Amino acid sequence: MSEMTGTAKRPALSLLEEENIKEIYDAALRILEHTGVRIDNAEVLSLLHQNGVIVNFEKKVARFPQDLVSRCVKSTPSEVRIYSRDGKHDLLLKSNNVHFDPGSAAINILEEGVIRKPVTRDLERFVRVADYLEHIHAQSTALVVTDVPERFVDRYRLYVVLKNSTKPVVTGSFTKDGVHEMKRLLEVASGESDVSKRPMAIFDACPSPPLEWSDITSQNLLDCATSGIPVELVSMPLAGATGPATLAGSVLLHAAETLSGIVIAQLANRGTPCIWGGSPAIFDMRLGTTPMGAIETMMIDCAYAHVGKFLGLPTHAYLGLSDSKTVDSQAGFESALGITLGALAGINVISGPGILDFESCQSLEKLVIDNELCGMALRLMRGIHISRESLAEELIGEVGPGGNFLNKRHTLKWFRKEQLLPSIVIDRMTTSLWQERGSKTAYQRAREEVERILSTHEPEALPPDVERELDRMAEKWKPS
Amino acid sequence: MESDLHQRMVKAILDIDEEETLRLTRKALEEGVPVERIIDSLSEGLREMGLLFEKGERYIPELVIAAEFVDKAFKILEPHLHREEAASGSLRDVRVVIATVEGDIHDLGKNLVATMLSAAGFHVIDLGKDVPAQTIVSKVKETNAQVVALSALLTTTMAHQEEAINLLVEERIRDKVRVIVGGAPASPDWAERIGADAYAENAMEAVRKLKEIISGDV
Repeated sequence: MSEMTGTAKRPALSLLEEENIKEIYDAALRILEHTGVRIDNAEVLSLLHQNGVIVNFEKKVARFPQDLVSRCVKSTPSEVRIYSRDGKHDLLLKSNNVHFDPGSAAINILEEGVIRKPVTRDLERFVRVADYLEHIHAQSTALVVTDVPERFVDRYRLYVVLKNSTKPVVTGSFTKDGVHEMKRLLEVASGESDVSKRPMAIFDACPSPPLEWSDITSQNLLDCATSGIPVELVSMPLAGATGPATLAGSVLLHAAETLSGIVIAQLANRGTPCIWGGSPAIFDMRLGTTPMGAIETMMIDCAYAHVGKFLGLPTHAYLGLSDSKTVDSQAGFESALGITLGALAGINVISGPGILDFESCQSLEKLVIDNELCGMALRLMRGIHISRESLAEELIGEVGPGGNFLNKRHTLKWFRKEQLLPSIVIDRMTTSLWQERGSKTAYQRAREEVERILSTHEPEALPPDVERELDRMAEKWKPS
Repeated sequence: MESDLHQRMVKAILDIDEEETLRLTRKALEEGVPVERIIDSLSEGLREMGLLFEKGERYIPELVIAAEFVDKAFKILEPHLHREEAASGSLRDVRVVIATVEGDIHDLGKNLVATMLSAAGFHVIDLGKDVPAQTIVSKVKETNAQVVALSALLTTTMAHQEEAINLLVEERIRDKVRVIVGGAPASPDWAERIGADAYAENAMEAVRKLKEIISGDV
C-alpha cells in the first residue's frame, strides 16, 4: 500500500476566528445565567432545580449557573457511534467525519409533478431507495405519513424504517409518550434490552426559539437522556423573526438554546451523547418564509457547527435542502452549495438530501441526485493525495511530449482512486450520444434510476422473529 | 479442455491480466489449438469487455490496456497463421488508413480507435495527426486500403474530413473505400452531409460499425 503513504491536506471552511467563538460561548453562558430559558415541563424544571439551576416555577424559567453549564459540556461525549443493523453502516460521529441522511419529517411528497400527502407506501419506497444509495449513510424518518392516526405517526414511521433498511436512523418523536414506544421498537430491532449499548437511532429534540422548550420536546429530551439514547439538539432561530437579524446573533442564540438542552440531558443522565445540531434559517422579509437554500442560512449552520467543534461535541446541520418546489436548477444548486459547505465545515451529520420546499416536501428523484452531490462533497473532503507515485514525475517523463496516458498501468491503478464514478443521473455524454439516448434531463434520468433501484434493490430482511415482534407492535398503529 | 482454455482466456482479458493472456496464448499454440480458435477466444474477450464498457461497467483505460495486450497476443499468433487463412477475407486483410485531419493535433481519440481496430483484427495504417487530405488519399492508393477513418476534434478542422472525401471522389477511388468519421464535433448528420459511410461515437462503436460495413461488403 505504498501509494497510500502520501498525504492529503483536508479542505476546510472556517467562518469564525477562535476568539469569536470564545466570545459567543461566554455570551451564551451569560444569557443562560441572566435571562434563562422557559421550560413548559414540571418534571424537567424540578430536575434542574434539584441540580442547582435557579428555577422560577411560576414563570417556568430556569437560569443556569455558568460553571454548571461548562461541567455539563465536559461530561458530554466527544464521539458517538450509531450502530447499523448489519454492522456495515455504523456512523462514527467525531472530529470531521461527514455523514449524510435524508431530510426528515416532510409533510408532502413530490411525485410525477404532483405535490401530495404521503402514505405508508411512499415511506417504504423512500427508505428502500435510501438504503441503496452509497453516499446516504443513515436513514431518517423522512415522511409524515397520513394513513396512520396522527398520534401514532412518530413510532409508526420508525417501524417502517427499521423494517426496510439496515442503516442507522435519525428520528424524533411528536408526542409526549413517543420516546417510550420508539425505544421499545429499537430494543426489539437491536436485540438489546439497554438501547444505550448499541444505539441504532438518534433522536431530535427541538427547542422553540427564542429560549423556550415546549412540554413535549423537553419531555422527549428527558426521556432520551434517561435511556441514554443519543439526542440531536435542533435549535432553529429565524434570523430577524425569532432571533436577531444578524448572523452572529443567530449563532449566539443557537448556542444558548443548545447549551440549555445539553444541561437537561446531562443532569438527567451524565454522559448522554448530545449532538450539537440545528435548523436555523434567515427569515425572508418579503414573503415571511424560512429559506433553507439561502447562503446566510448555510453560513449560520457552518458557524454554529464551528462553535460545537470548539466545545468538542459531535455536530449536525440541515443542509442540502432547497426552497424550490420542483426538481429544477434551483433545487440542484442550493443543495449542492449546502452539501459542499457542510462537508467543508466538517459537520458530522448533514440532514437534507431529498428535501424541497424549505423542509416540507420530499422527492425520491431529488434524493438520488443529491446522493451524487454528497459523493462529490465526500470526494472533495478526501483532498488531493500527494505522494511520489501520485505526482507521477517519472511517468510524465516516460510518456513524453505528445504521448498519452490511457494505456498506462499507472492510469489503470489510479483512475478509480482519484475519480468518483457517477451514476447515470449525471450526464457526461457527448451531444450525439445524449440525443441517441433520448435527450433526457437530470430529472428524467433520476426518475429512471429511482425505478431501477426499486426494482433491483432488496434491503436485507430482519430476522423473522424480530420482524414478527415489530409487526405485532405496529398492529395497533397500522391503518386498517 | 479447449473450452476451459477459452474461458480462461476470456477471463484473463476481462481481468486485464496481460501476463496470463499471453501465457495462455502460447500454451494454446503448444497444445495445438487451431490458430483461428485462439483468435476467436481473444476476440471474444475483447468483445465482452466492449459490452461491459457500453453498459458502463468497464472504463477506457481498461479497454485500451486490454486491447494493447490482445494485440500483442495476435503478434504471437501471426507467424503461425497459414497463408490461406490470412488471405481468406479475415479482418487482417482489411486495411484501414486512419488519420487526424490537417490542422488538428488532437490524436487521443484517433489513437484509441486505431488501438481498438487493431485489437479487433483490422490491419491499421496510422498516419498520425495533422495529416493533409492529399497524403491520406495517396496512402489509400498506395496500400489499396478498403477503409479510411478520419478524426477531427475541432469545428475549425472538421471541414478537412469533407475535403478528404472530395479528393477521394476527384481521384475516382471513392467507390473503392469506405469512409468512417468521428471526433467531438462530428455527428451522424455531419457524416451524411459530407458523404461518409458511417459515423462512430467512440472507439467501440467504430469497431462495431466497421465490422458491420465490411461484412456487408464481403
